[in-house]
Amino acid sequence: MIPEIGHFALLLCLPLALVMAIVPLIGVAAKNSVWMRFASRLAVMQWLLLFFSFLALSYSFYIDDFSVKLVTLHSNTALPWYFKLSAVWGNHEGSLLLWVLILASWTLAVAVASNSIPLAMKTRVLSVLAMISVGFLAFIIFTSNPFERSLLMTPSEGNDLNPLLQDIGLIIHPPMLYIGYVGFSVAFAFAIAALLEGRFDANWARWTRPWTNVAWAFLTVGIALGSWWAYYELGWGGWWFWDPVENASLMPWLAGAALVHSLSATEKRGVFKSWTILLALLAFSLSLLGTFLVRSGILVSVHAFASDPERGLFILAFLFLVIGGSLLLYALRAPVMKGGTAFALISRENFLLINNVLFSISLTVVLLGTLFPLISTALDLGSYSVGAPYFNAMFAPLGLLTVFIMGFAPFITWQKFKLFKHQSIQWALCFLMALLLSVLLIHTLSQQFSVNFNVFAFVVSSLCLWLILNTLQHFFFRLKQGGRFFHSFSQLSLSYYGMVIAHIGLAVMVLGIGITSIYESQKDVRMAVNDSVSINAYRYQLSGISSVTASNYDATRASVDVYHRAKGESSRLITTLYPEKRFYRASRNMMTEAGIDASLTRDLYVALGEQLEPGVWAVRVHVKPFVRCIWLGAVFIALGAILATFDKRYKRSNSVRSEPALASPPNH
Amino acid sequence: MSSRFKLFIPLIIFTVIAAVFFRLESRIVSGEYDPSLLPSALIGHPVPEFSLASLSTNRQLTSSDLPKQAYIINVWASWCISCRVEHSYLNALSQKGIKIIGLNYKDRPVDALQWLERLGNPYLFNLSDINGQLGLDLGVYGAPENYIVGADGIIRYRHVGILDDKVWRDKIAPLGLLW
Repeated sequence: MIPEIGHFALLLCLPLALVMAIVPLIGVAAKNSVWMRFASRLAVMQWLLLFFSFLALSYSFYIDDFSVKLVTLHSNTALPWYFKLSAVWGNHEGSLLLWVLILASWTLAVAVASNSIPLAMKTRVLSVLAMISVGFLAFIIFTSNPFERSLLMTPSEGNDLNPLLQDIGLIIHPPMLYIGYVGFSVAFAFAIAALLEGRFDANWARWTRPWTNVAWAFLTVGIALGSWWAYYELGWGGWWFWDPVENASLMPWLAGAALVHSLSATEKRGVFKSWTILLALLAFSLSLLGTFLVRSGILVSVHAFASDPERGLFILAFLFLVIGGSLLLYALRAPVMKGGTAFALISRENFLLINNVLFSISLTVVLLGTLFPLISTALDLGSYSVGAPYFNAMFAPLGLLTVFIMGFAPFITWQKFKLFKHQSIQWALCFLMALLLSVLLIHTLSQQFSVNFNVFAFVVSSLCLWLILNTLQHFFFRLKQGGRFFHSFSQLSLSYYGMVIAHIGLAVMVLGIGITSIYESQKDVRMAVNDSVSINAYRYQLSGISSVTASNYDATRASVDVYHRAKGESSRLITTLYPEKRFYRASRNMMTEAGIDASLTRDLYVALGEQLEPGVWAVRVHVKPFVRCIWLGAVFIALGAILATFDKRYKRSNSVRSEPALASPPNH
Repeated sequence: MSSRFKLFIPLIIFTVIAAVFFRLESRIVSGEYDPSLLPSALIGHPVPEFSLASLSTNRQLTSSDLPKQAYIINVWASWCISCRVEHSYLNALSQKGIKIIGLNYKDRPVDALQWLERLGNPYLFNLSDINGQLGLDLGVYGAPENYIVGADGIIRYRHVGILDDKVWRDKIAPLGLLW
């Protein structure tokens, strides 16, 4: 009975969302505030219904109700309860339900938290969100019903959740990613509302910014989690594979990064209006594109869901309607005149423009690399695939250029930047210091890991240190400017702190990517107990093999002692790692569980392969310097974006400023 | 170019991309194009170098052990249900004298050997790719998967999924290799 009620709640949402998409808009046209206010109430109801529906499905998974097809296909009794729950979104139907629930949650948040926004604007935003909801609800209800019963007989045991997905990283990775993807729908809705109303002032940007920041922060965390998961779960030691599905998540992220920055220019200076609107449309459109690629069966990938061309056509039609419609509206209504005030060549406006250009180029690089194989197939030009070398070759220079320019960013003032002599001296000093520290860092690294001094690694670390040092320099400069030290700590705005943390985060991430890619090393070996293998300064010794049994798998567990010998020192034991080879009983799947000793400066990584002959095992060992910095940096970036969201000026209620804030302090 | 016209550029680009997707998707629906026939980056290239343990003997096998005439590399594993379906067809092929190299992919050698004992052994020899290293180099998505290699050692065709008579007739025979 519960699944039927859940299904019914889901069905109810469709007419509800339809009403919400239409009636409040009529209210706006007729200036009828009762009809307009209707939108918020419907948003609450939609959320309640979907939340209930989602609970019902989760309950079916929790109690192992195998009369529900989805439960049989993706869960079984031996799973611990938390994996039963995550199995809800480990499949196409359930994850779509989660998707609409998250969309409803964002809609609810807009309905509840936007009382300072004029009613007509808020109503339009809610109605646009409801239109998106209608599309996705129809998609679930007509092509992917999660509550479908298996009519013939009820199996006593289910299949298994793909063991790859039986992992804590994968419990939270999809929800984070979806919160990010779907969060861009709010910026999208604001952009559509602005186009409908013909209003593109600083207020519009100020209302959109916090939503965009939060969505972008979640997307950052979601992508980082996915990368972290792939790193320790796939057993290959890689953290990014330029897999089409990964690219599909990277594209909205890049668009979001550009949007977050161009919104600031639009808010503060009233410039780049139509460009900002386009980015807002693009960020969500790319999220939809990602959904389409993952679920249409066009791509085959480790991430892709079971494909169904019918579904593909549905999403494609929906995609065409949403993206095509919004771009048409954009073409007809976006402001053409150059908004705002003039600015000099070297000004913060132009620096933000450079940021946007760099992110747009990166976006195009990923888009082309992902779509080119598809396009060539569609046009019968033959089959090509574009691999990691293409992406790496493009991203290395783009990333480094971005890092270099970002070093100057906080110093550059709005409108016109005047370079004083002492400023250029400070920069030069900062750059020298970065070079010096970088030599030290790379030298220490090569000592520690017994590798050669690498010039490219030196370039990467110099640029990253330059960004970190110069950002910190600006931070202390601002503190000093504020007078008393501790007093000025609280004087700086949260969005300034957010910028500092996020920029340093990017430097940390690029540093991690650079050092890992250059200095990582790996060996595949056959090992018997007491055999050992050396990799640079580290020696891995297989000290034992044992068997382990858990509720849903049997495992072989190796213990591997790791010794380190720095130059001129004697070898000492650092840690013992326990990599596992798991056999999941229900699905008869094998999985590797890597043994990792993590620290900020290096990961020691062992994956256990198969038994080659009695007592002899295939083992893969890695040393990965600085790999943690990649995810640490991502956490910083997300934290920065969240901090900026809590800036005081977004809370100011009813302060509708009609002009761009020309009076704001030049260095803000 | 008028300013208003510039604003249409995103729409035009999107329309082109959407048209491509629509063409692809309708070809999938009509069965004309199957994404599982994924282009391998390696088609037209030699089989990557490898050094892997043989499944049945203790020997280490390398690229130089590969046949000097056309052959199939069949990716399989004992945990793979579809491979069981495919196996009888492989047996039939090998009876006709077609050379098949097994790539035993991420499998337990004990299980794999038992499998061959029970279901028959159509393979010239089997590479034990426990870590999936050669699989990774080949770009394997999963088992079963088949790579058709010419006498010159160049990969000619890749088939993701079960190899059966229909695939042989429609896709592999037309390659015109001398078996």
